Amino acid sequence: MTDKQKLFNSGILTEERPGAVSPPRDLWENKKNGLVIIECPQRIPCNPCHTSCPTGAVVPFDDINDQPQIDYSKCTGCARCVAVCPGLACFVVDLTWGDESRALMKLPYEMLPSPEEGRQVDCLNREGNVVAKGTIVRVTEPMHDKTKVVQVEVPKDLVMDIRAIKVV
Amino acid sequence: MRETDVMVIGGGPAGLSAAAEAASFGCDVTLVESDLALGGQLIKQTHKFFGSKDERAGTRGFKISELLLEELSGYGNVKTYTNCTATGYYPEDGVVTCVRAEDEYFKIKPKKIVMATGAQERLIPFPNNHLPGVYGAGAVQTLMNVYGVKPGDKVLMVGAGNIGLIVSYQLIQAGVQVAGIVEAMDKVGGYWVHAAKVRRLGVPIYLRHTIVEAIGEQYVTGAVIQEIDERFQPQGERKSLDVDIICMAVGLSPTCELLWQAGCEMVFVPELCGYVAQRDRNMRTSHKDIWVAGDAAGIEEASSAMVEGRIAGVSTARALGRGTHE
Repeated sequence: MTDKQKLFNSGILTEERPGAVSPPRDLWENKKNGLVIIECPQRIPCNPCHTSCPTGAVVPFDDINDQPQIDYSKCTGCARCVAVCPGLACFVVDLTWGDESRALMKLPYEMLPSPEEGRQVDCLNREGNVVAKGTIVRVTEPMHDKTKVVQVEVPKDLVMDIRAIKVV
Repeated sequence: MRETDVMVIGGGPAGLSAAAEAASFGCDVTLVESDLALGGQLIKQTHKFFGSKDERAGTRGFKISELLLEELSGYGNVKTYTNCTATGYYPEDGVVTCVRAEDEYFKIKPKKIVMATGAQERLIPFPNNHLPGVYGAGAVQTLMNVYGVKPGDKVLMVGAGNIGLIVSYQLIQAGVQVAGIVEAMDKVGGYWVHAAKVRRLGVPIYLRHTIVEAIGEQYVTGAVIQEIDERFQPQGERKSLDVDIICMAVGLSPTCELLWQAGCEMVFVPELCGYVAQRDRNMRTSHKDIWVAGDAAGIEEASSAMVEGRIAGVSTARALGRGTHE
């Protein structure tokens, strides 16, 4: 087994796969409010990303086990799926945010301490390593169910690495 | 002697669903639950469920329990007894004996029974596994999520199935550090997204590893893990982890003593994790008055337990001639 396969088998995404693809770059660069990235590469019986999407951007499932597919022309970056996904596998990335070097990520958060707007946080990659500092811009709880959606300003070149924050 | 149309043994997701369904058809239902509270494992499930919207996907388990109890409270024809264990089934006259609390003993004769007795945790043997600090994942969840007690400061999780992964995440939520998760297979057994959730919080998952020893005199002060080969034999370097909790999440077995006692035809099905009652598509066993639902019918998860409970509930009502809603 390759090292990549081993990493994937332990829950680390190493490359694009069905159910875990990046948005088309040209659309993404100019999309205000951002586009969703879903990292759900395994067939599992689950579809709230589709049923909760207000614009139909997560296309209907033929089978509930299907991996999600996204019609990026419909995604508004609203982050409802970020709040709903039981697997915490949805992340919104807004590349139009701030100056050239910054981007805004909308990440799910269910930990303590509670994140506060304006606060500096550690940005973690898929293996939990601290790769940058970020600043919390906004915190919402869209479904009022204790899953927060944290909007955090991060270095733009790390949006495909950062997948969590740690409030320190 | 007490009598009832449908007796449901076990007040978890399967039993509550069976009771609600049978009651909705006008059956007089008696439900017994050995725990102090109804809800079974659901009351500890602080994570959101997978599945479809119709099956309450996206809802946390303890909320689902509340919804089921609310549904049940709408029926006047359901009696529930908590802290009440069904201790035996007597095939010669169909009587079930129960003990409530410490001192109240009663017999009940149901027309039909739904066995929704759930499952028991498995453990694996290793030196010093008797030490305080070695817990089943169910106990850790009970301490944290039911009683609000932090079980320790640093944990080794044994098993990367859904329970091991989810409980690891819940431990981090409770402020406990997860030193690592060992998994005997070469990939996680639980959903990949659950693994990704704990990985991005810095938890290592050691594939093809097992626990070989707990360290400690009076209680757990550490654990030793080691890689295993294709035949699951430890090999290579031993690695010591400084932990005060070893949490076992290595699988479940259906709880089926009452089904054996009732003389139901039992079959060993590895995919269902042990001996289970042979049953038809309506969850009826080989015994004409006994149904089975939930983990007792084979280890699945709560969503399927609720569906099985509904099916068993409808089917008992039908067998009593009450199969249609008015």
